[in-house]
Amino acid sequence: MFARPSSRALYLVAGLMLMAAAVAQTPHVARAAEAAIPAKIANFAFAPPTLTVPAGGAVTWTNADDEPHTVTADDGAFKSRALDTGDTFTQVFAKPGVYAYHSSLHPYMVGKIVVQR
Amino acid sequence: MADRTVHSPDGADIGRRDALKCMAWAGTGVLWTVSGGVAQSVLVGEARAASAGAFSFVQISDTHIGFNKPANPDPIATLHAATAQVKALPQQPAFVLHTGDITHLSTAEQFDTADQALKDLGLPIFHVPGEHDTLDEGNGKLFLERYGAGTKGTGWYSFDKGGVHFIALVNVVGLKGGGSGQLGDDQIAWLADDVAHLSSSTPIVVFAHMPLWDVYAPWGWGTSDAAPALAHLARFGSVTVLNGHIHQVISKVEGSVAFHTARSTAYPQPAPGVGPAPGPLTVPADQLRGVLGVRDVRLVEKNTPLAIVDQSLAASA
Repeated sequence: MFARPSSRALYLVAGLMLMAAAVAQTPHVARAAEAAIPAKIANFAFAPPTLTVPAGGAVTWTNADDEPHTVTADDGAFKSRALDTGDTFTQVFAKPGVYAYHSSLHPYMVGKIVVQR
Repeated sequence: MADRTVHSPDGADIGRRDALKCMAWAGTGVLWTVSGGVAQSVLVGEARAASAGAFSFVQISDTHIGFNKPANPDPIATLHAATAQVKALPQQPAFVLHTGDITHLSTAEQFDTADQALKDLGLPIFHVPGEHDTLDEGNGKLFLERYGAGTKGTGWYSFDKGGVHFIALVNVVGLKGGGSGQLGDDQIAWLADDVAHLSSSTPIVVFAHMPLWDVYAPWGWGTSDAAPALAHLARFGSVTVLNGHIHQVISKVEGSVAFHTARSTAYPQPAPGVGPAPGPLTVPADQLRGVLGVRDVRLVEKNTPLAIVDQSLAASA
């Protein structure tokens, strides 16, 4: 008989903990999604060529060309797969700084992400 | 070989005409004949009977298997047309050089399909990777697994055939932002060593995917460290440099070095600086045949002398 209330209490605690975890997670995910700034790859160019995002923000590139491209950090910090027509790539930028990137297929295509505090 | 005897002469002619119409806009292989140490090229469909015993080879480039956009929804068919043209040559070439972009997206399936189509030639094929062949997770691991036996570094090598020293270079791996093609110091050091023992009268053929001369820098159509590499070849009397990548025929002669780029078997690209970007050029097939290829086809049907590279350039301008 004693076991019932105590296990209920345990469930309650576990449930609250899950909710707390969910509450903690949700704003983070939502923020990343809201902050995902669109960038375009068209006519063998990244547009806009320089994009400013807040720390923790994300950028989503969409390739509009009939030719695959990649989004590859100059310092190797991140790299997309080959993005064919219509493919997208999202990168979250946690730390402030300037991130230069290019297409590893067509390296004359360059862009820059400026991450602010 | 058995396949060639199956076709009746009439059937072969029809197939060849159709292939040529197709090739008029999709590009074709380039037949190279080496005579007196000087390599001369013709489009495969233009080749007349070569003199007996002449040494020849074919360059095929930018087959882009896996491409499916309007510029050419079926690059497998146009590759088959190109191989049919090679098989129809009066004298079979010794081998094929593929100057890269075998596939569009470096998948195993695309490599398989290309290999199957090229195997139909029954000829040895020498490969160098294009940037489209090194898109796998391993940055070219798949390419090297297939074609890299006996090669150095990212896939460079050399061999001797018909009295010519052939050098395969890789200029598509580890490219830096803002740059163009790149060979890298290791490969250039290897090249210096590779040619050190050769007599200066040895004809040299260099092949690589991206142009080894600055065709058009704003589109990255060149190789940033080509000059130090070519310096090691300066003492040779005959150097022929064969590239792909730009899907059109452009040539240049600089001293004893002749540079040539080849057409793609898949789709054309714009002339340097024409339009906003070097993407696949979609042109109505009818219009393109008229503008780019009909003259070549007629020449072939009359069995007139070969179209040399310069003539091809004029025809496609």
